[in-house]
Amino acid sequence: MFAYLIKRLIYAIPIALSVTVVSFVLVYLAPGDPLNAIAPADAPEEVIVALKSAYGLDKPVPVQYGLWLMRAVQGDLGTSIASGRAVTAEVLSAVSNTLLLAGMAALGGVLVGCVLGALAGYRHGTWIDRVATVISVIGVSIPHYWLGLVLTILFSIWLPWFPAMGAGPGGSSEWLWDAEHLRHLVLPALTLSVIPMGIITRTVRALVADMLEQEFVTALRARGLSGIAIFRHIAKNTAPTVLAVAGLQIGYLMGGSILVETVFAWPGTGFLLNTAIFQRDIPLLQGTILVLCMFFVVLNLLVDILQPLIDPRMGRS
Amino acid sequence: MSTTLELSLPTPAASATPAPSRSYWRVVGRQLRRDPMALAAGLVLLLIVGAAVLAPWLAPADPYKASMLKRLLPIGSPGFLLGSDELGRDMLSRLMHGGRLSLLMGVVPVLAAFGIGTAIGLLAGYVGGRLNMVIMRVLDVFYAFPSVLLAVAISGALGPGMSNSLIALTLVFVPQVVRVAESVTTQVRQLDYIEAARMSGASAFSIIRVHVLGNVLGPVFVYATGLLSVSMILASGLSFLGLGVKPPEPEWGLMLNTLRSAIYVNPWIAALPGALIFITSIAFNLLADSVRSAMDIRR
Amino acid sequence: MNSAPLPPSPVHDRGSPAQPLLVVRDLKKHFPVRGGPLERTKKFVHAVDGVSFSVPKGKTLGIVGESGCGKSTTARLIARLMQADSGSMVFDGEGVDEFGGIRLKEFRRNLQMVFQDSFASLNPRLTIAETIAYGPRVHGMPAAEAKRQAHDLLARVGLAPAQFASRYPHELSGGQRQRVNIARALAFDPRLVILDEAVAALDKSVQAQVLNLLQELKAERQLTYLFISHDLHVVHYISDYVMVMYLGQVVETGPVERIYGQAAHPYTRALLSAVPSMDPDRRTESSPLAGDPPNPINPPSGCRFRDRCPHAHPVCEARTPALIGIAGEPAHQAACHLNDPASGHPGALPETQA
Repeated sequence: MFAYLIKRLIYAIPIALSVTVVSFVLVYLAPGDPLNAIAPADAPEEVIVALKSAYGLDKPVPVQYGLWLMRAVQGDLGTSIASGRAVTAEVLSAVSNTLLLAGMAALGGVLVGCVLGALAGYRHGTWIDRVATVISVIGVSIPHYWLGLVLTILFSIWLPWFPAMGAGPGGSSEWLWDAEHLRHLVLPALTLSVIPMGIITRTVRALVADMLEQEFVTALRARGLSGIAIFRHIAKNTAPTVLAVAGLQIGYLMGGSILVETVFAWPGTGFLLNTAIFQRDIPLLQGTILVLCMFFVVLNLLVDILQPLIDPRMGRS
Repeated sequence: MSTTLELSLPTPAASATPAPSRSYWRVVGRQLRRDPMALAAGLVLLLIVGAAVLAPWLAPADPYKASMLKRLLPIGSPGFLLGSDELGRDMLSRLMHGGRLSLLMGVVPVLAAFGIGTAIGLLAGYVGGRLNMVIMRVLDVFYAFPSVLLAVAISGALGPGMSNSLIALTLVFVPQVVRVAESVTTQVRQLDYIEAARMSGASAFSIIRVHVLGNVLGPVFVYATGLLSVSMILASGLSFLGLGVKPPEPEWGLMLNTLRSAIYVNPWIAALPGALIFITSIAFNLLADSVRSAMDIRR
Repeated sequence: MNSAPLPPSPVHDRGSPAQPLLVVRDLKKHFPVRGGPLERTKKFVHAVDGVSFSVPKGKTLGIVGESGCGKSTTARLIARLMQADSGSMVFDGEGVDEFGGIRLKEFRRNLQMVFQDSFASLNPRLTIAETIAYGPRVHGMPAAEAKRQAHDLLARVGLAPAQFASRYPHELSGGQRQRVNIARALAFDPRLVILDEAVAALDKSVQAQVLNLLQELKAERQLTYLFISHDLHVVHYISDYVMVMYLGQVVETGPVERIYGQAAHPYTRALLSAVPSMDPDRRTESSPLAGDPPNPINPPSGCRFRDRCPHAHPVCEARTPALIGIAGEPAHQAACHLNDPASGHPGALPETQA
């Protein structure tokens, strides 16, 4: 078990490194001189020369990558062209907002998906099964940015229950745990929660239905075990798969939040990326993507570590 | 003629008339035709694709013709069956024309990834060994990125534009297709009929073409049909973010974006383009499910 | 029947009739076992460890042994589906893939194989006629001719072409599929056919039909068979010679009646006594073969069978018994100290009785 943990940790290192490489290479994908990423186009000649040597742009690309990585590890992701602020500060405040939104959406989506899927699996072929199937098909097919729009129309315009924009009153980007801020969270979190909900429902339904057909469940029933005891067996056996799927879905959800944040003007990373792309703010783009991807890598790592811990088959060996 | 144990033909009496032999794909086709869900989804897609392809001839108005006086007319207005957009252009015509780009942007990356990914996956799976390891490790890097983020990052770095989003989406799907193609190829490669073909002295190219490809394409095809819906949503999503198609071109994702401010005036007009993305995506998903179960009948 | 037998193929002997069709010398294959990253020494599974034998022309050599003894690996090594670590082969007097010998491509054409899993050995996307015609087509036979030949072969193996040629594998029964596999093997007019558990997956009655078909084809086309099976009854029925393998090595080989009548190796005797006998007088009271074969990664030193052998003696651990001829019948060889009076085994007699 311990060996597995070490192995998995070691395996994550090249992945994390290659993520940094890809993030770094993004600058070179951008048309034009990579210097554009640092200096404004109308900067005077001496500023450009100074910046070039300051950022090591006069050195070969691998060296540049090394320098960039060294700075990134120390928490310096450069300076945003658009705002002139440090990218690290901008990204961290945006990431916390995105993680809040994504966390709430993941919690809701996974919970509802599990309950709905389990019900559908238990009552295989009944109306609830059909409802769950329809919901899961809709969940995986719906463009979530459009769902956000529809929810805004329904619950913000038609029924003025929730605010349509922002994370708090007056367009504040500082999060507080009060009723006003929570009201702002409802619609975007609901929208995002649909991303994992569909797949989770589908997975849990299939797993539970499959499990109920297996002989050991029949054997448990024959031994007179109650429904709750059987449910515990099923929960134990489905948990590892559900965890793996959920982990992957939360990653997608972090990606999907880019679009949903745009719909709701949520001050998160999606919003930041939008700014970065349209103002050609490459350091900001680079930094945001790097931080988001690192979260994804860590998430995958956590899932891989947790999965064998809760897998009843692994425990015995 | 034989003096050993009775060597009779193992022919069942029932097959006195030769049963019509059915190829795998024909069986799949028949299965699909019997599936009401597949028929419904197919019909919806046919309507949407038909309307898009024939838009220049069928659309009632010029999708680019703006009119400041007729902005955001409600659905059912005279001369504007589905109302008009924020610049007074006919929604029905724009939706029909919009399907052309939206479908193109959704389908082309999947087709490209299907071709490229199958080729790489076949190579990795059939050759195996070190090459396989290198290819699969490189692809693991792409798996470290959530697909939306990857698409946004690539097309954001390349800069807004249709071809850049096509490239970005293709790059998102290629690793996924490679994984499927590689794992199926690795399985198929170990089957006895491949060994029998090698015994016949056939070249690797001939074996791949005749024996491997035919058996790998099926599962990869199923996977790729499943990607169509994701691709539609992502492609329109990129346009929604302003990374794909540029105004004034009609495209559903972009229309959704430009109509966003109209939700306070005429909300249902604003919801129309997204509804079409949704319907197309659902139809693709249902069709993919039907194709999957139809192709599952026999291996 | 409705199948007109094809004219028997001309035998293209290179060596004399007495020249064995295939001679295998010291074939070895060790599979590396992936150890943990912290394990220094690389481990190997000794799948085939120095196997030598020969197959006379027109005869059937049966290879028997428990699963994992290396008989299928031996078959794949001979067919060159797998590269041997060492060893050589002589096909009808010519070294295989050696300078001045027979080319690999030519050798492959003379050797075909029928596999155990009749379904996995047929491409599900091709009709059976296409499958049979594929090999000849690869070698440049015109499509029409390959098709005609495929139909003839189908007829010969007892499948009416009009009815079966355009069917797909899933539309046939297991026995029918195995006939297709035999027809495919025959399409090259081979001289040696390796049958790797070819009838193992079939029902008993179908097995008998296929075995009879194989016997007919052998006589008709002067084929030589390498018949690999774990089924001792089937091997007894079809083989002229039998070779017994244990943990990658040959422990005994000889004419079929000698092996089944006077087995000289304790392992062979144990194998045979494990088979239910039809004769109530020869019923065994207890199974002499207990436990599983030892781990092939670390085979026991000396005689590999000693852990399970009722006659084990310290000498069995110290010295590896060589494959030596049994007195009176040089074609019958066994690798056991009991048969070698000079071995120092106390049980060794000048002449062992079975």
